[in-house]
Amino acid sequence: MLELRDISFGVEAEGQDKEIIRNVSLTLAEGKLAVVTGPNGGGKSTLARLIAGIEKPTTGRILLNGEDITDWDVTRRARAGIAYAFQQPVRFKGIQVLDLLRLASGQQLTVAQACRYLSRVGLCARDYIDREVNASLSGGELKRIEIATVLARGAKLTVFDEPEAGIDLWSFQNLIEVFEHLRASIAGSSILIISHQERILNIADEVIVLREGRVAARGPREEILPGLMATDSTGTCLGGQPERGADASC
Amino acid sequence: MLKLDEIQLRLLREVADLHQVPEGAYNIRANGQSAGRQSTANIEITPKQEVSGLEIRIRPGTKNESVHIPVVMTQSGLTEVVYNDFFIGEGADVTIVAGCGIDNCGNQDAQHDGIHRFYVGRGARIRYVEKHYGSGSGAGKRILNPVTEVYQEEDSTVEMEMVQIKGVDDTRRTTLAELAAGAKLVVRERLMTHGSQQAVSVYEVKMNGAGASADVVSRSVARDDSFQKFDAKLVGSAPCTGHTECDSIIMDRGRILAVPGLEANHVDAALVHEAAIGKIAGDQLIKLMTLGLTEQEAEEQIVNGFLK
Repeated sequence: MLELRDISFGVEAEGQDKEIIRNVSLTLAEGKLAVVTGPNGGGKSTLARLIAGIEKPTTGRILLNGEDITDWDVTRRARAGIAYAFQQPVRFKGIQVLDLLRLASGQQLTVAQACRYLSRVGLCARDYIDREVNASLSGGELKRIEIATVLARGAKLTVFDEPEAGIDLWSFQNLIEVFEHLRASIAGSSILIISHQERILNIADEVIVLREGRVAARGPREEILPGLMATDSTGTCLGGQPERGADASC
Repeated sequence: MLKLDEIQLRLLREVADLHQVPEGAYNIRANGQSAGRQSTANIEITPKQEVSGLEIRIRPGTKNESVHIPVVMTQSGLTEVVYNDFFIGEGADVTIVAGCGIDNCGNQDAQHDGIHRFYVGRGARIRYVEKHYGSGSGAGKRILNPVTEVYQEEDSTVEMEMVQIKGVDDTRRTTLAELAAGAKLVVRERLMTHGSQQAVSVYEVKMNGAGASADVVSRSVARDDSFQKFDAKLVGSAPCTGHTECDSIIMDRGRILAVPGLEANHVDAALVHEAAIGKIAGDQLIKLMTLGLTEQEAEEQIVNGFLK
């Protein structure tokens, strides 16, 4: 179980302190899938980075299964079972897809084992396994490889930062299936997804709306989603810029 | 063969992947002496008379054969200049593996300067692999100053792989090439420097005939206080295409100087130079750390991949 206790995070910008996350508290229980949504600039990606340990909160504590991990670095949190999928996947010259999947799994995966992860994200495995994770891959391909590396981790807690960003409509259908599959096999782990997409919100147990760094609404999907849609009908945008494909809140 | 000691055998493995006597033609030079030599029906290796070195003659049409000419040095204070000339007959297709390993445990410098000249016949194709490696804990430097000259006749192809990953204190590599019509030169250089090592790579490729092409790409990593200079000049004097690229990672207090040089003497000479130097991107480190690697392990993976 992940627990955030009164987390705040600020940065200094143009000589002034700017608070990006303000007194956020929430819990994510084992076996649950939560989706964090809300306007762009509301602090969603920062929240994901705080959980992964890439940023450290200014105040507040982060607990994983009751253990205070606030001061742990990225590596230690990863080893404790936190996986994190980047919104903008990172490119590497010379490192092949197979290398990355082996590092992610922590095992000397066979090619056949590695290919299974690629197949799950809709990539024809034999075309990709030897490819370098570099600029020769399209944004959508990189994104799917990023998700495959996170699947290979088999983590207790997986955080996806806008998995739909940079993915075309055709791939999006496949992505939804990946998350539905993850949802079905969640036992013993939990998932946190930053997303604007209605179809991803639709598989959430819990929806958290983050606006201006604060939790604006939080609860079971059945309670929160109708409110998001109603907000939409009044012309107020909760979800930020429209993405391609269905969008829940804009 | 070969009365080689354990250190010399280790050097041979590093520079030529040799675990035993190679198949085909070979000459193994250890501490200034020939430690074994073999010619074949199509490849003749003979020592030069007036200077130190070899003549290697490959008959026209020779296919799928290889020549190994590694050099190992374990004697501190030894300095040598070796002239090796390769005559590759028309239409031949061969692999040539050179390379030099120096283990210097003494306090005097050990230096090997190999001057290699390749005369590549019409339509011939060679793959040339040259690895440099240094080891040993002595205060004496390990110095390698190879000069490679390549003269390519029409429609010949030369692929060169130059590798220096570890232990060479001081190196100045000079590669000069002249390409006739339709000739193709591909160079892939991989270089890593540590400590206070210095490495200079100088290329001058002259494309003199229509349809000639050259592609010279260097990937390098400079660590600690080391310094590298990549000086690549392409000269296009006919309709031709040329590309050079220097792609480098700097770490610690390493320094790299890339000097592009393009000279177009013909309106249809298309020449391109690219250079990128920078430290390891922070997001690359973070990505691998989110997979459970420490920062140091992540650095190693990134550098190993980059130089693979």
